Amino acid sequence: MSSNSENQKSTGLHIGVAAPGVKKVDPILVIDSVKKSFGGLTAVDVEHLEIPRGAITALIGPNGAGKTTLFNLLTGFDTPDTGAWSFEGKQLAGISSFKVAKMGQVRTFQLTKALSLLTVLENMKLGAKNQTGEKLLNSLFPFLWRKQDNELEVKAMELLKRFKLDAKKDDFAASLSGGQRKLLEMARALMTDPVLVMLDEPMAGVNPALTQSLLEHVLNLKKEGMTVLFVEHDMHMVRHIADWVVVMAEGRVVAEGAPDTVMKEQAVIDAYLGAHQDTDLGVVTGRIKVISEEGK
Amino acid sequence: MDWGSILNNTLAGLLTPTILAFALAALGLAMHFGFAGLLNFGIAGFMAVGAYGYAISVLTFGLPWWAGMIMGVAASVVFALIMGIPTLRLRGDYLAIVTIAAAEILRLLFLTTAFEPVTGSADGLFGYNNSGGFADANPFPVGDYGWGPWTYNEQTLWMLVFGLIVLAVATLLLWALMRSPWGRVVKGIREDEDAVRALGKNVFAYKMQALIIGGVFGALGGIVLATSTNVSPGVYVTSLTFFLWTALLLGGAATIFGPVLGSIIFWVLQAFLTNILPALAESGILPVSGIQAATLRYVLVGIGLMLIVIYRPQGIFGDKREMTFVK
Repeated sequence: MSSNSENQKSTGLHIGVAAPGVKKVDPILVIDSVKKSFGGLTAVDVEHLEIPRGAITALIGPNGAGKTTLFNLLTGFDTPDTGAWSFEGKQLAGISSFKVAKMGQVRTFQLTKALSLLTVLENMKLGAKNQTGEKLLNSLFPFLWRKQDNELEVKAMELLKRFKLDAKKDDFAASLSGGQRKLLEMARALMTDPVLVMLDEPMAGVNPALTQSLLEHVLNLKKEGMTVLFVEHDMHMVRHIADWVVVMAEGRVVAEGAPDTVMKEQAVIDAYLGAHQDTDLGVVTGRIKVISEEGK
Repeated sequence: MDWGSILNNTLAGLLTPTILAFALAALGLAMHFGFAGLLNFGIAGFMAVGAYGYAISVLTFGLPWWAGMIMGVAASVVFALIMGIPTLRLRGDYLAIVTIAAAEILRLLFLTTAFEPVTGSADGLFGYNNSGGFADANPFPVGDYGWGPWTYNEQTLWMLVFGLIVLAVATLLLWALMRSPWGRVVKGIREDEDAVRALGKNVFAYKMQALIIGGVFGALGGIVLATSTNVSPGVYVTSLTFFLWTALLLGGAATIFGPVLGSIIFWVLQAFLTNILPALAESGILPVSGIQAATLRYVLVGIGLMLIVIYRPQGIFGDKREMTFVK
């Protein structure tokens, strides 16, 4: 891991006591009574939630807590039954997903969506916003978009180099491994110059070696002034990089706070972490004899 | 067996107005399915709209031939809008169902006797090319042109030249579109429209543009066909759509020249089979009658389509790498 001085955690994000719905000093995303039910099941029921600007916020919770549904609602991929939410002060309720993305709130998906039969470089260039050549009439006249396209290629190559995908630029995205696709999706999201990056389980299915570089990438986003909101089950990652943690269970926000404090809350342990969060799995299941539990 | 005439007829089939019309419509399908991933099973409907739009404009409204053709193209844009607005928000398979139904509705509307004064019902429309029309605009003086199997009178030559120009422009247009950033977005939508939406692109608008452009190519195919034969509802049937799909998949769905070459191969093969199967039947090699032998070619087309889709889904001119990743 890189030196800790560079990865200073942001503190002092909230006003008052850290509790569900606490006010933030500088919120980028404000959510008010957003509710979504599928038939009889209430998937999301968030009364009030603020996401702090310029920080890394983790959204955690058990399976079926409504984390991904909340993501879908916030990005316009799904519409809530009731509620309002604003991004940088602009109301987003009823705004379609592509407009939300245009405003700078860009997401990735839990099940990675690489554009399989486009090359890695094409995937990247597709991400950039405000392309002249993407308008139907302009597209017929290369002199209108060639220069911009070349600039985008330079930018894309820089990003690909950072994500160690530059050697793959002419390969179909379909030929990448699962972890590389996660990287490509994140890099492609960065091509849009986002303000808020929403990552849905960026670590799922990524091997430990790649996890480390992914962590670096997420931390870099913050360093470059972006706000990150991510869903994750890997508690080590959450503890390591998150400045703020929001815990959801059964559609509600049950706790929020700085990672080291929130993870000690009884409600969080009960709802999600379980009593054995720091114990080896073998110990929990009783299949492996305890070697040195007392050493901790 | 008369090998000479079989060979001659087959070679003559290399360049006909029908092939040019087919290539245009297949190009439209390439835009729809190959590049934008829109499952359009109603391309025959787009061709019909073009052909009828042209013929009705000239016969009923007395427009000049070129204005009639523009009307045919405009009608296909309207048809694409009517079909696309309710369906493009749905998943791809639903578009397939709607397009096949829309094409059939259209054909039945042209067939019904209710509009006979305008559509000509089952007889179709004819005579729109004559008297001050397309045929009179022929710049070639009377005579025979070309050589061998490719000998044409001035009328056919004019149809071919006109069709070739339209096809060349359409091919060039498709090529220019697909190498541009616009084409990149459209191809991205084919792969995963949610991913493209998440990057801030108006997916619906792109799909609509692609549907309209492909539809216009289809209509131009119908118009080119209408310059050489009568406009008849019996032509724009569902099997025409599937012949076009065969030609498209034969050449390669996501290619520029694939649909054109696929159409040529399809028709040359058809010409060859039309000539050789009855000859084989007559000489007793095939144990069927001459008429049965002629219909046998459609059976062979069906088998051919199946074999292509199973063993070479990317088509003759498609990128071989694509096949490695077909899900």
